[in-house]
Amino acid sequence: MLKPVTLVTPVTASAPGDDVAPVLKAEVKALDFYYGSFHALKGVNMPVYDRKVTSLIGPSGCGKSTLLRCFNRMHDLYPGNRYAGGGIVLQPDNTNLLSDDVDPIEVRMRISMVFQKPNPFPKTIFENVAYSLRVRGMRNKSELEDRVQSALKGAALWNEVKDRLGELGANLSGGQQQRLCIARALASDPELILFDEPTSALDPIATASIEELVMELKERVSILIVTHNMQQAARISDYAGYMYMGELIEFGVTDQIFIKPQKKATEDYITGRFG
Amino acid sequence: MTISLPVTVSPRLSKKASRHLKERFIEFLLFGAAAISVFTTVAIVYVLVKESWNFFQHVPLSDFLFDTQWTPLFDDAHYGIMVLLSGTLTSSAVALVIAIPLGTIIAIYLSEFASFRVREIAKPFLELLGGVPTIVYGYFALTLLTPVLQILFPDLPGFSLLSAGLVMGIMIIPYVSSLSEDAMRAVPMSLREGSYAMGATRFQTAVKVVMPAATSGIASAYILGISRAVGETMILAVAAGMQPNLTFNPTEPGATITSYIVQVALGDLPHGSIGYQTIFAAGLTLMLMTLVFNLIGAWLRKKYREVY
Ligand SMILES: Nc1ncnc2c1ncn2[C@@H]1O[C@H](COP(=O)(O)OP(=O)(O)OP(=O)(O)O)[C@@H](O)[C@H]1O
Ligand SMILES: [Mg+2]
Repeated sequence: MLKPVTLVTPVTASAPGDDVAPVLKAEVKALDFYYGSFHALKGVNMPVYDRKVTSLIGPSGCGKSTLLRCFNRMHDLYPGNRYAGGGIVLQPDNTNLLSDDVDPIEVRMRISMVFQKPNPFPKTIFENVAYSLRVRGMRNKSELEDRVQSALKGAALWNEVKDRLGELGANLSGGQQQRLCIARALASDPELILFDEPTSALDPIATASIEELVMELKERVSILIVTHNMQQAARISDYAGYMYMGELIEFGVTDQIFIKPQKKATEDYITGRFG
Repeated sequence: MTISLPVTVSPRLSKKASRHLKERFIEFLLFGAAAISVFTTVAIVYVLVKESWNFFQHVPLSDFLFDTQWTPLFDDAHYGIMVLLSGTLTSSAVALVIAIPLGTIIAIYLSEFASFRVREIAKPFLELLGGVPTIVYGYFALTLLTPVLQILFPDLPGFSLLSAGLVMGIMIIPYVSSLSEDAMRAVPMSLREGSYAMGATRFQTAVKVVMPAATSGIASAYILGISRAVGETMILAVAAGMQPNLTFNPTEPGATITSYIVQVALGDLPHGSIGYQTIFAAGLTLMLMTLVFNLIGAWLRKKYREVY
């Protein structure tokens, strides 16, 4: 169990489309992050709502991936990286998941990730999806089969691969590989899935199918997605945050960010007048 | 605006002749270097096959393969290669039982667990282990390891395949670990991140993702280790006792193909005698074994190539 800490804030933003107030899944609070001596995130505050799609946009190098990778403690893998203040409070635990006494593995078991470039393991399609279950110690064959099947269905890949589960994941096309990685992330029923530019290596048709998938997934899981594609952010996300030079410049309901941004910098970026 | 050409390009296209000649010369040099090694290999095979051919004029192949005695220097000469082969296989098996698990564990540790500093300190020591002359290992086995083993197993003779094999295993560890580590370190970080992101531990990531991705390189490392074991000579000549002995029991002394070859090569058998020709037949056997291992290695590399 994640231990509770005292950081608490009331829910402020209003939900898009409906009157029901959105529920917090996690909240970034005054987060500072360093790569060695490089100050990559500066006092970032941002909510992530339960079963909504939240997108992060901003120019290259502004810190989108850095912020995303704080959520599953990916930065712990490399020496020199430092969470330097603030934190990310995960709900319903109400616990700072960046705290030193929280086990990063436990965090990653609840917050899964899909990367920019599809990175299937050198295993069969079945074993790729079963991986997150096996590392949790699941051995029961029929249970594994059920979970793999439902994860592949959830990732809209089942019909294409049901007769070739024994083939290597690398034999699939790029778009299929990315959906395999989504199935892999889904198999263990995470609460939040992080997507780091999941379609930037894919063609338009594969991109469309991943976008459709992300919108279906939010029925059951919270989603935080980094994208360079403005249309994509507008199409699929409920909330959007604009980052610049390690700071979160503006955050809000996607429609509002795209139609009536409050800050001049956001407007310039969105309308392409940036730089 | 005028277009200015880079200084090294003349304004008019010239004939390709001079550049062509220079490239031809370089190509010739490179070809020459490659040809030397090919020529050497062909020459060795030629000599081995020719001398073995003479040997097999006198000794039927069936005797060579199925006789259970190896006494080429006796009046009642027998030429059963099986006897030497059993020594080679037994000592190699002992060595590999040590070298493959330990080499693999060291590789996993250095590639996936050790900090930069630990790795920088540990690797030169490992390389040193691989650079010790094998004759030194041989004496280490004979004068240090064997007495220690004799405390544990009082019946162990002064010369044994066990003692030689164990030391040979230590000698081979760096070959296995260094190549395996290189293969594992070459696995892209994105694959490890994928595994960690699924909630895997370091050990799970190393064993379930990194090792499978590095299979072809690790297989090459094992094959190199096997080839080293089968071809090792001095340790066995010194510590295993050179009596031909058809046995798969490592606690007995025995001769291997290689130790037999040194024994004869250093002895005063007349060139051209059948006794002398046995070493070519034995050498050919050794080479065929190594060839088989290399073919297996090439097949494994091809089968598991580019899994990531
Ligand atoms: N491992 C690292 N060590 C040092 N600096 C880094 C490291 N990774 C990223 N940075 C720096 O941190 C800043 C933010 O990088 P980040 O990858 O988060 O940007 P990004 O917004 O995701 O950009 P892109 O859209 O190009 O992916 C950049 O200036 C980058 O140079
Ligand atoms: Mg990025």
